[in-house]
Amino acid sequence: MGNILVVAEHRQGLVRDITYEMLAVASGLAESKDDDVTVLAIGYNLDEIAKNIASYNVKVLVIDDPLFENFNAEKHQKVLSALIDDLKPSVLMAGHTAQGVDFMPALAVEKKLPFVAEAIGLEYEGDQLKATRQLYSGKVNAKIAFKQADTCLVTVREGAVEALEPSNVAGIEKIDSPLKEDLAYRKFVEYIEAEVGDVDITQSEILVSVGRGLKEDKNLPVIEELAEAIKADIAGSRAATDAGWIPHDRQVGTSGKSVKPKLYIALGISGAFQHIAGIKGAKTVIAVNKDPEAPIFTIADYAVVDDLFKVIPKLTEKLKELKG
Amino acid sequence: MKTIVCIKYVPDTSEAVIKLNPDGKSVDSSRFSFDINDADNYAVEESVLIKENSGGEVTVLSIGPKQSDVMIRMAMAKGCDRAVRIEDERMALHDPLVVAKVLAAAAKNQEFDLILTGCMANDDGHMSTGVALAEELGVNHASMVKKLEILDGRVKAHRELEGGLLEVVDLELPAVVTIQTGINEPRYAPIRGIREAQKKELLVKNLDDINLDSAHVDEEASLVVLEELYIPEVVSTAEMIEGEPEEKAEKLASILVKGGLV
Repeated sequence: MGNILVVAEHRQGLVRDITYEMLAVASGLAESKDDDVTVLAIGYNLDEIAKNIASYNVKVLVIDDPLFENFNAEKHQKVLSALIDDLKPSVLMAGHTAQGVDFMPALAVEKKLPFVAEAIGLEYEGDQLKATRQLYSGKVNAKIAFKQADTCLVTVREGAVEALEPSNVAGIEKIDSPLKEDLAYRKFVEYIEAEVGDVDITQSEILVSVGRGLKEDKNLPVIEELAEAIKADIAGSRAATDAGWIPHDRQVGTSGKSVKPKLYIALGISGAFQHIAGIKGAKTVIAVNKDPEAPIFTIADYAVVDDLFKVIPKLTEKLKELKG
Repeated sequence: MKTIVCIKYVPDTSEAVIKLNPDGKSVDSSRFSFDINDADNYAVEESVLIKENSGGEVTVLSIGPKQSDVMIRMAMAKGCDRAVRIEDERMALHDPLVVAKVLAAAAKNQEFDLILTGCMANDDGHMSTGVALAEELGVNHASMVKKLEILDGRVKAHRELEGGLLEVVDLELPAVVTIQTGINEPRYAPIRGIREAQKKELLVKNLDDINLDSAHVDEEASLVVLEELYIPEVVSTAEMIEGEPEEKAEKLASILVKGGLV
């Protein structure tokens, strides 16, 4: 019997969903081996956060100290390094998020422990822990085995599994911080909120969204004409906003906006999971992509495997005719 | 400011169907064109901007085959000053912690204030190498950085969180900063730069040259085993719109209008 330690993720007073998704992964894994699952919350003024997490029938360890008022990867690493020695968890799990990716690889190097990034599944085969992760934007899966170690480190992809539902309330235990002093070499400065642009795509009814398949900005009129014909707003994938084709505040996906239109038309978007996570709220999804195996087709309602430049101008023409 | 920028040569698979090699552990990339990893391209631009604004020099560091020299020369054409390429058969490169160990051994031979990497690779996408590299070198780090301000002996890094939220952190140098795409607008290499790049120093080294025992970075040394790769089944419940492009457009238009979607 081992102990799975889940590093809770929270920010500005709210528990992030990834915490409960990790609980689902951890409890699935724990069942097969009769392991315990414990959540560790590091922060300041955590009473509410600890209570929320404990209501998922899981024991919560709390380090509540002004030192941790804002996330600092170096401080997380120092605390976890000490707790790995004290608690000897069989698995230490964190989110593959802006927080988790900033401390887990360093922690693995420091402790000389096996580490797999961005697992979408975890299982035991006999006594060996194995993780599944994805490569090439979801086009290839890899199965990776952890070599024998006291603790295996893993980050879990956001949105890879359904979050656990709350059930019974379990116990909360406060522990002292192993870190006693602030760090001079890395300091939190501030949060800067997202910019607001001329169109709020989170409120759009119809979105025409483009990706890398647009190829260059001189092709934009093809998209604009379609959008005009059906009174849609234009959005884009990360590739389209990075390339400067679409304004940054119209980026759809986890690092951009989550949208919930009636109709989402994805043109030349392969559908990396970060993008797909941002369109879960869309009612109907139409995808046009040359690659029949593009992940965008896994969530599309209507699929067109073709060159968008051959299909879309004709579509715009037909729509104009039909709508008169 | 002495900067090292770490870059990777990756296949462009964005619109391609991927096939695996018979060993089941690697991708058949023979039909793909290769280029610099997306995020690394932004890291190169950022390193050149820092040199232009604050002076100093930039060293390119890459692990890869001879073919990637084209990419390295292109980075030098944009303004990087010299390059080191590590080529050796003995490294377990599927493990980002091994990659970090190799990069650290190569970086230790150079003076640096700042190391930039892309925050994620298009191919294996671990988002781990840069942060692991910082730990190997015992220096500070910040990952997924969307804006970088150079101060005296410190940097202010704007980390990209979710939904457009940024976390600003202040780091003492030396440090490793992993660069997120969209931080700048990567330039095209000027013709004169391309000519000059041919004369710049590009050293090719193996593990022995960087004083790294292969037993520290081979399959044995890696703490994880890549057991197999497989192509996940694309389970699509989508209605396929078939036909010639014009027919597809017609069918789609009819679905949109008759379904009351537009």
